Amino acid sequence: MAQFSFRVDPSSAEPLFAQIVSGVKHAVATGRLAPGDRLPSVRELARELVINPNTIAKAYEALEAEGITLSRHGAGTFIAERRAVLSGDEQRRRIREALTALLTDAVHLGLRESDVRREFDAALHRFRFDTGGDDTGKRKG
Amino acid sequence: MSDAPIVFDRLTRYFGSRCVLDTLSIEVPRGSVFALLGRNGAGKTTAIRCLLGLLEPTRGSARVLGHDARHLPPDIRARIAYVAEDHRMVPSMRLGAIVDLQAASFPAFDAHACRGRLNQLGLSEKAKPKNLSRGQRAQASLALALATTPEVVVLDDPALGLDAVVRREFLETVIELIQHEGRTVFLTSHLLGDVERVADHVAILVNGVLRVAAPLDEVRRRVVRLHGFFPGEAPEFPGGMPGVVRSVRRRNELLVTVANEATAAGERLRAMGATLVEEETLGLEDLFIDYTGGTAQGAGE
Repeated sequence: MAQFSFRVDPSSAEPLFAQIVSGVKHAVATGRLAPGDRLPSVRELARELVINPNTIAKAYEALEAEGITLSRHGAGTFIAERRAVLSGDEQRRRIREALTALLTDAVHLGLRESDVRREFDAALHRFRFDTGGDDTGKRKG
Repeated sequence: MSDAPIVFDRLTRYFGSRCVLDTLSIEVPRGSVFALLGRNGAGKTTAIRCLLGLLEPTRGSARVLGHDARHLPPDIRARIAYVAEDHRMVPSMRLGAIVDLQAASFPAFDAHACRGRLNQLGLSEKAKPKNLSRGQRAQASLALALATTPEVVVLDDPALGLDAVVRREFLETVIELIQHEGRTVFLTSHLLGDVERVADHVAILVNGVLRVAAPLDEVRRRVVRLHGFFPGEAPEFPGGMPGVVRSVRRRNELLVTVANEATAAGERLRAMGATLVEEETLGLEDLFIDYTGGTAQGAGE
């Protein structure tokens, strides 16, 4: 099984199931989880995180609905190959929107452009991006 | 009639002239972990005592597994486990003897599994409850309750007085317990972080009156806190608006916790002159405090 551990914070305003979803997505984005890796079973993770198994099951359903994981009957839940379901234009539109919000915050926090650039570069290294090969940016339909 | 394993039907209980529970109606779905929350004296333990047939309702009823709690047949009672808040056990009986006694009393009691669990917890069969720590007694009474392989488990503030480490162990046992298909757990607790971990349904009692009963996610989705910012001193939020749980003024800011009606309340804030309205989602702890502690500024009550 893949290296996979993260913590949840029950006192956070973010619901536990959403914390699990973003925890898995983050692990995939940073390469700690790779396509084909098996996630712990609902029971195992419930025991490890000490939270209700229904909450885990709900998070796993959401991950599968988003195409982050797929479940093979009887074998468990696995990280799926990344598929681009959105067009390149739509991908760029969404990332610009997120960047606008992020940079708005940065300006109001009083950061300098060079600070932002340094933080951004440092963060980039922590994530694993598609290398622009065979099936990236594939259009739907 | 509902097939929910636990049903409170307009349950009302007076102590003298004081109404401790006021027409409480709840249906606890099968397989859920249902947390009943409320401050001390809100009526939680009274509800549990009625549920177990230890206390007669003044009006209405509590039903467990389809039977009125006042007349539970022995075979039904054997399918219910109860862990009291003080983990009472016969103080001078050895644990091994208690296990034997339970095995003789309950046909479905799994003495082997129970001994295994006590052993796993490092509790000797020769030990007597009076010599155990509070945490050990809590663990032992849970082990005994679970060995009956119950369909319904009732836990009355099970973590009260346990330290953080024992509480975590206890929670781990509760997680094991709910892995069992179709088992229903009904619990009360003060520790909202624990509730957030294990419960999927919550109900909030305020002075004997039920204010909320819904899946935890739904409650958290429906209830938000609006922050209205005003150019000067914030005005008082008008009373009588639907869904308002609590409103608090803080200099130029008006905080309004509202269930279901966030859009209407936001529009009202703007109409009152708020220049900025922000929406905040709440964790269970904040939510609980707004529902139960809002008497000072309780615009919604």
